[in-house]
Amino acid sequence: MPGNVQSVERAAAILRLLADEDEPQALAQVASALGLAKPTAHGILRTLEDVGFVEQDVPNGPYRVAADLFHLGRGEKLDPNELRSLSMNWTDALAARTGESARVATFHRGRAEVAHHVFRADGGTQVLVTGSVVPLHASALGKVLLAYYPGAARTLLRQDLPALTTRTIIDRVALQRELAGIRDVGWAGSVGEVDPAVAGVAAPIRDRGGYVVAVVGIEGAIERVCDDRSRPRTALVTQVTRAGRAISRELGHGRDR
Amino acid sequence: MTVKLVAALDQGTTSTRCMLFDRQGRMVSIAQREHQQYYPHPGWVEHDAAEIWSIVRRIIPQALADAGVGAAEVVALGVTNQRETAVLWNRHTGVPVGRAIVWQDTRTTDVLADLATRIDPARVLARTGLPMANYFSAAKLRWMLDRNPAAAAAAAAGDLLFGTMDSWITWNLSGGPGRDGGGPGVHVTDVTNASRTMLMNLDTLDWDPELLAATAIPRAVLPEIRPTIGVVARTVDPVPGIAIGALIGDQQASLFGQTAFEAGEAKCTFGTGSFLLLNTGPEVIRSSHGLITTVAHKVAGEPAVYALEGSVAQAGGLVQWCRDNLGLIRSPAEIETLARSVPDNGGCYLVPAFSGLFAPYWDNMAQGVLVGLTSYVTKAHIARAVLEATAWQTHDVVDAMNADAGVAARSLAVDGGMTSDNLLMQTIADVLDIPVVRPMMAETVALGAAYAAGLAVGYWSDRQVLRRFWRKAGEWQPSMTAARREVELARWKHAVAAAQLWGQRPG
Repeated sequence: MPGNVQSVERAAAILRLLADEDEPQALAQVASALGLAKPTAHGILRTLEDVGFVEQDVPNGPYRVAADLFHLGRGEKLDPNELRSLSMNWTDALAARTGESARVATFHRGRAEVAHHVFRADGGTQVLVTGSVVPLHASALGKVLLAYYPGAARTLLRQDLPALTTRTIIDRVALQRELAGIRDVGWAGSVGEVDPAVAGVAAPIRDRGGYVVAVVGIEGAIERVCDDRSRPRTALVTQVTRAGRAISRELGHGRDR
Repeated sequence: MTVKLVAALDQGTTSTRCMLFDRQGRMVSIAQREHQQYYPHPGWVEHDAAEIWSIVRRIIPQALADAGVGAAEVVALGVTNQRETAVLWNRHTGVPVGRAIVWQDTRTTDVLADLATRIDPARVLARTGLPMANYFSAAKLRWMLDRNPAAAAAAAAGDLLFGTMDSWITWNLSGGPGRDGGGPGVHVTDVTNASRTMLMNLDTLDWDPELLAATAIPRAVLPEIRPTIGVVARTVDPVPGIAIGALIGDQQASLFGQTAFEAGEAKCTFGTGSFLLLNTGPEVIRSSHGLITTVAHKVAGEPAVYALEGSVAQAGGLVQWCRDNLGLIRSPAEIETLARSVPDNGGCYLVPAFSGLFAPYWDNMAQGVLVGLTSYVTKAHIARAVLEATAWQTHDVVDAMNADAGVAARSLAVDGGMTSDNLLMQTIADVLDIPVVRPMMAETVALGAAYAAGLAVGYWSDRQVLRRFWRKAGEWQPSMTAARREVELARWKHAVAAAQLWGQRPG
C-alpha cells in the first residue's frame, strides 16, 4: 500500500480553503495559508480550474470553488443542445468531406437519441431528424454507445434484440463479440442492419476525462459507403474517426490548454 | 505534393478565431479564444485591443499546428472583424489609447446631438448610407478625442492611428511599430469596414471632407481605404510571410461566405447581434424602411458591390447576458434546453434594446424591457422570450427588406453559431412563415474571409468554383398558425413600443 499522493492532498486542502472563505482568494493568499510555494499552488489551482472545480472571474484574478463541484454525482449529463453547438463545425466538415449525412447521438433517457443532423450534400428533400431515436443494437451510432457507454450496455441486458433486417445481429453473444471488436478498432460499422439498403459508420466522442459521452457518424446507401466486399470504405472510416477526435477535443479531451 | 490551405482570422465581439480551410472550402482546423468584455457604466461596452492582439498572436500558430502545416503552406490570410468598434493607438509604441469602444456602446448620444447642429442628419444619411446612431465609429472616435486633450493633440500631430479592428490587427500582423517605432505596420482598412465609420462617402469610397470637417477628425489618424479583395501586406508577426489577401467586415464576409454574389441574394447571420444583408449589385440603393446602405465588397479595378442591411444589436449577446449577468444558464446552448422545458412564453416578452434599437427602428434612447410578468412566469418562460426576441427582431428586418424590395422573400438563408439552436431556427421559420435554410458551413464569416483571401491570390480561379461548394445542411419549415402569428406579432410590437416609451422616461 503506497502512501498518500501529495498533490491530491494539497488539492483537497485548497478546495477546503476556498469553500470556507466568503471571498474569492488570490493565489498569494492560497499559497501562504497552506504554506505552499506559489508555483506549486498555481499549478494545482490551474489544474482544478481545468477540471471545472474552481473558477476565476478574470484571468489572473482570485479563485473560488466552482458551482460544478456541488453538482458532482447528481447525474448531470452532457446537454444535447450543448453537444450540438460544440460539434457543428466538425459535423459540417464531415458531411462535406464524405458527401453523406452526418449525425451526432447521445445516450438519453435509455435510448440513443439524435442530437444533431446534417443533410447529405447531394441535395434532394431531407428532413431534420434531431430528437429521433436510433436502434442501439443495429445502427453504427447505437453500437458505439453500447460498446463504450456502461449505461447503454446495461439496457441491452433487459431487452430483446429485434431483427430489423436479415442482417441485424440478434444473438447476444454475437453482439458482445461485435462490441469487443468495436472497442478494439475504435469505430463501428452497420451494413444493412437497420435498413437493407443503408450502411453507417460511427466513432466515439469523449469528454475531458476520456469517457465516451456521445457518438458521431455518417449514413448512406450501401453502394456508396461500402467497398465491393461490403466493408465500409477505409477513407470514410478515417474521416469519421477523425471527426470523433476533433469533437472530443472541443469537449476538452486531449487538450493541453 | 504538399497541401495548401487558406486561413481566416475572425475577430468577433466575444471571441477571436483562426480557421484553416482546404481547396474545397472545408474546415481543417480551428483555434479560438474569448476576450474580456468591460461594462464600466450602463450602456458602455469596451474591449482591450492589446488583449485581442495577444489572442491573435496565440491562435494563428495554434491553428497552423492543429492542421500540421507551416506558414509556407498557407497561401493567404483573410481578416474579418466585428465592425465599427473603434481603436486608437500610438503609432510609435503600438500601445492603445484607452480601451476600444465597442459597436454596442451607447455613450455617444450627446456627441451625436452636437454633431446634428453642425451637419444635417439627412446629409449624413445621403453621403454615408447611415442614420446618425451610436452604432457607427465616428462618434466613438470623437468621444475619445474630446475626453482626452492630450490624445487630441497627439492625433493632430500625427502620432496616433485610428482604426476598426481590421486596421488594428493588420497593422500589428504586418509588423506594427517595428524596432525603431517607424513602422513596417501598414495602416489600412477596406471599403466594407470604412462604410461603417460614418466618415466614408458611399459614392467616392473615400473619406468625405465635409464629414471630416463636421466631426473635426484629422485625416492623419485615418487608415487608407483599400478594396476588400487584394493583398495589402505580408505578415511579420506571429508567423512571417503569409499574404493578407482580404480585409472584410464580418457581416459582409458572411454574405460572401454564403456565395450571395449576385444582386437579390440575401442572408441573415446570428452572432452577438443578427444582421440581414441583401446584395443590391453595383448600385447604391436607399431604403425607405429603416435599412442602411453599406458596401458588400470591392475588387480592385472593379465597381463596388453594395448591400442593404438590417442590423439587430442583440441576438446571441442576449443569451450571453442570460449566462453572465443573470446566471440563468451555464452555457449559451443551454438556453434551448431551458426554453424547451415549457411550451410557450407564458405571456412574457423581452425587448433587448440594450444599445437602443437598431433597424428598422433606429431609436438611440430605447432601453430593454421585460413585460407581461405574472407569478406564473418562470425562468424557462424568460428563456423562451429571449429566443423569441431574436426571432421577432429578424421578422422586423425581413419585413422592412420585403417592403424595400417590393417582393416577399421565399426563404431565409441563415448562418452563425446560433443556428445550432434548433428551437430558435424553428421559431424564426414560424414567425416569418417561410422555410429557414442553413448551409453546410455555419461559420460563414470565417469562410467568406477565406474565400475573399483565396480569390486574391488565385487559390480559386473564380467565384463560380465557390458557388459549387454551397450545400444545404439543414432546413426548418414553418408550422405556426396564421392566427397565432398575428396575435404574437401584435404583442411583440406592443412590447417594442414599451421599450421606446421607457426611453422617454423622466430624469
